[in-house]
Amino acid sequence: MASTIRVRATSSGETTEVQALIQHPMDSGFIKDSKGELIPPHFIQQLTFEYNGKPVFVADWGGGVSKDPYVKFAFKGGKKGDELKVSWVDNKGATDTTTAKIQ
Amino acid sequence: MTRTDNGFSATRRLILQGAGAVALVGLGNLPFAPAFAAANDKYPEEAFKQKTEADAIKSLYGKTAEASDKVKMDAPEIAENGAVVPVSVSTTLADVTSISFLVAENPVALVASYKIPAGTMPNVANRIKMAKTSNVIVVVEAGGKLYSATKEVKVTVGGCGG
Repeated sequence: MASTIRVRATSSGETTEVQALIQHPMDSGFIKDSKGELIPPHFIQQLTFEYNGKPVFVADWGGGVSKDPYVKFAFKGGKKGDELKVSWVDNKGATDTTTAKIQ
Repeated sequence: MTRTDNGFSATRRLILQGAGAVALVGLGNLPFAPAFAAANDKYPEEAFKQKTEADAIKSLYGKTAEASDKVKMDAPEIAENGAVVPVSVSTTLADVTSISFLVAENPVALVASYKIPAGTMPNVANRIKMAKTSNVIVVVEAGGKLYSATKEVKVTVGGCGG
């Protein structure tokens, strides 16, 4: 299966800017379907970005983050060609991981 | 009769092994739990259950935030679609360790909380859901203190209603 994570990490020399887009329903548990029944909560709880084995950014998310979530941040360092590891876990225990090369 | 005997003793052995395994797992958990939590920053389950922004901030940080003009929030005046509201924050404060986004009128106030390790910029952009017109609150933890910025975003179509 194709990865749910799309990530672009661009180094400007001193810093690396990271943009990530993840495919996930992010159901909050407060929205009703067409039959009027509540759609059970299903959302990513934690998204982690690791560089050189250390976390550079950790996102704790609730059901209030938009569907197919997007996040952008930047960290100091990061060389072109190095790998950035991205992984998430949702409230049902599902996970996905990918690595992206810094460009 | 011998078969029954064997069956019985096999079951008994299984039960004993099972009990042994449970005991081992039970003991094993204790020393490893804190190490695991430290390596894999714990998800703030309770903070994401709080209905008001004040309770969520208290649950997350154990203190209250003061408004600061050093926290800059970029959010639209009017959001046409409450399901996708782009909000970003940047700050000139030093030693930022965490940035959180809250929506006062959402059923759960806390939307997202980001841990900012040393070396990571205190700038974050993301997209959040808003049930209706509400104050959006950004909290920045810097040097052990909490600073916040608040902005009202008008929502024409809610993103959390049925």
